[in-house]
Amino acid sequence: MNLLEIKNLKMDFGTDADALRAVDGVSFNIGAGETVCLVGESGCGKTVTALSIARLVPTPPANYVGGEILLNGRDVLKMSSGELRSIRGGVVSYVFQEPGASLNPVFRIGNQIKESLKLHRPEKATNEEVIRLLKLVGIPAPESRIKNYPFEMSGGMQQRVMIAMALASEPKLLVADEPTTALDVTIQAQILELLSELKRRLGMAILLITHNLGIVGDMADRVAVMYAGQIVELSPAKELLRRPLHPYTKALMASVPKLHGTADRLSAIPGNVPRLGNFPPGCRFAPRCPIAKPECSDKLPELVEVEAGRFVRCPFWKSP
Amino acid sequence: METTIAIVKTQPALSPWRLFWHRLRRRKIALTGGVTLIFLYAVAIFAGFIAPYRYDQISDNAFFHPPVWPRLQGFRLVVPRSEQMPGDFVYRQISNDTRPLHFFIRGGKYKLLGFIPCSLHLFGTGDDNYSVYLFGADQFGRDIFSRLLYGSQVSLSIGVVGILLSFSLGMIVGGISGYFSGWTDTVVMRFCELIMSIPALYLIISLRNVFPPGMSSSQVYAMIIVILSFIGWASMARVIRGMALSLREQPFILAARSLGQSHLKIICRHILPNTFSYVIVAATLSVPYYILGEVVLSFLGVGIQEPQASWGLMLNAAQNTEYMQRFPWLLAPGAAIFVTVLAFNFLGDGLRDAADTKSL
Repeated sequence: MNLLEIKNLKMDFGTDADALRAVDGVSFNIGAGETVCLVGESGCGKTVTALSIARLVPTPPANYVGGEILLNGRDVLKMSSGELRSIRGGVVSYVFQEPGASLNPVFRIGNQIKESLKLHRPEKATNEEVIRLLKLVGIPAPESRIKNYPFEMSGGMQQRVMIAMALASEPKLLVADEPTTALDVTIQAQILELLSELKRRLGMAILLITHNLGIVGDMADRVAVMYAGQIVELSPAKELLRRPLHPYTKALMASVPKLHGTADRLSAIPGNVPRLGNFPPGCRFAPRCPIAKPECSDKLPELVEVEAGRFVRCPFWKSP
Repeated sequence: METTIAIVKTQPALSPWRLFWHRLRRRKIALTGGVTLIFLYAVAIFAGFIAPYRYDQISDNAFFHPPVWPRLQGFRLVVPRSEQMPGDFVYRQISNDTRPLHFFIRGGKYKLLGFIPCSLHLFGTGDDNYSVYLFGADQFGRDIFSRLLYGSQVSLSIGVVGILLSFSLGMIVGGISGYFSGWTDTVVMRFCELIMSIPALYLIISLRNVFPPGMSSSQVYAMIIVILSFIGWASMARVIRGMALSLREQPFILAARSLGQSHLKIICRHILPNTFSYVIVAATLSVPYYILGEVVLSFLGVGIQEPQASWGLMLNAAQNTEYMQRFPWLLAPGAAIFVTVLAFNFLGDGLRDAADTKSL
């Protein structure tokens, strides 16, 4: 049994006639200790999917209309609020995109980490444990740092503090929603290295959401590529990067600027991501797809396993 | 080749509170207000000690006595005797007949801090024929200065206790309403608006009539606080509700929820502390209304009763225009109220400017 199994998750914003489907039949699994990257452009539904794992999306306006999210075998969508509070932090912890805004500005960071400890491991809610956690995430001189306010720390440090707070409760799954997007490149590398090391030391599973394919290469065991609320490709990371199958994935990789070789123009994917409620008929990527055929707009393709462990939502995946 | 690294001592970063304090210090008017208030509250705490007489010390031959100030004779301060002349409340000072002014003298009994029996006074003459009426005497021959001090205990404390009560209530209600929104929010806010739509003065008086007329003075005191708080919490609740509504969208609230924090703890620990900068300023600027509320109630005769002292009650006696003309010292409580309210407003303005990071 996998740590996390998302089965055909369907989620709308709004109800009845105004409903906009943000997550449309998303399915993937995460095994214990595995790192899965969820890749996609802004607005494809990756953040909402990730937040759904602990049911953090407020349920009006969101509306779960189908599917299951099995965390250690129990369906999160059917849990009571008491059970939810115990899995939040206890089984799954989050690290968000903007570390500065994710910390309460009026409390010292030592205090905030202790809050996380008090909720899940109250016998360990001590300064010593806080210092141990800060050392674990690589913050120098932790004894003096616990008295700092968030604004007294740089972005990279704040993100480390967030990671320490997330780890305080010893979760089995860490969901990191674009944890390095708001940081500069060198700090980004440090944070990713930290996550890798923590994964090795603690045996933690990680769901890493990003729109940066470079991160995928470093961190992921498997990758799920999302577009317009659906998974279009699901595959082991190395295979995906070496030989992407879906036209969207191929276009994403082609649009990454290369440092070497000649280049006149950056290659971009023409057009825009369709907005919620304005999805084209049939395959949602068809209007922008370089190999689109007329029959692509007739019927929405299914996500099919075409090679061992590799799933694609495109009947023409074999084309170069 | 050796390289040495110089360790430069860095200035520790200022916490938000220290920064706020620095900015407040630059505003002299606010500091003046603050110092005045500290002085007034200190005086109120030690009212019994500083006042030469008790608040109910009647003197049959000193009705409406004008102020008597000690004067310098040689190196000592002395107080002359006063004699009542024929006619309506006319007095004459006999400058040759004086008694020295003593400091730390035994006098009428009082209870320091409300429970320590004491009879030591800061100054006095020890002889009731030589009365030192710094602000004159009222219609019962009671020293106005002393009654002013005893009255300050009532008026100043009602302001502070009333604020604490109503703001606590307003913060909790506003925090819950703004955080949960939806039906809770709608119902609570409509109720607040209902309370706020009734004119305050009429509400105060109507509420007063709910209570039986013959109550002991401490009961009356508590009743006034309850009534004023009942009016005041609604506007605070509305503002806190607005702040809670915007704060709950902040990422750190989502982060707290993702840790499994309960709703109540999130409101108390994360939302409300982020409203403190507003609350402190609003509290300081609201205290005058509570003080004035008590003044109005006592002035109208439905608040603090005789023989207790309260600034509003003392002003009641000064209503008569003839008395106001002939005995203007009866208006001393008005000056006290004026100074207090002004001090709170100066301090509150300064606090608001210091907390507003967009201003200089």
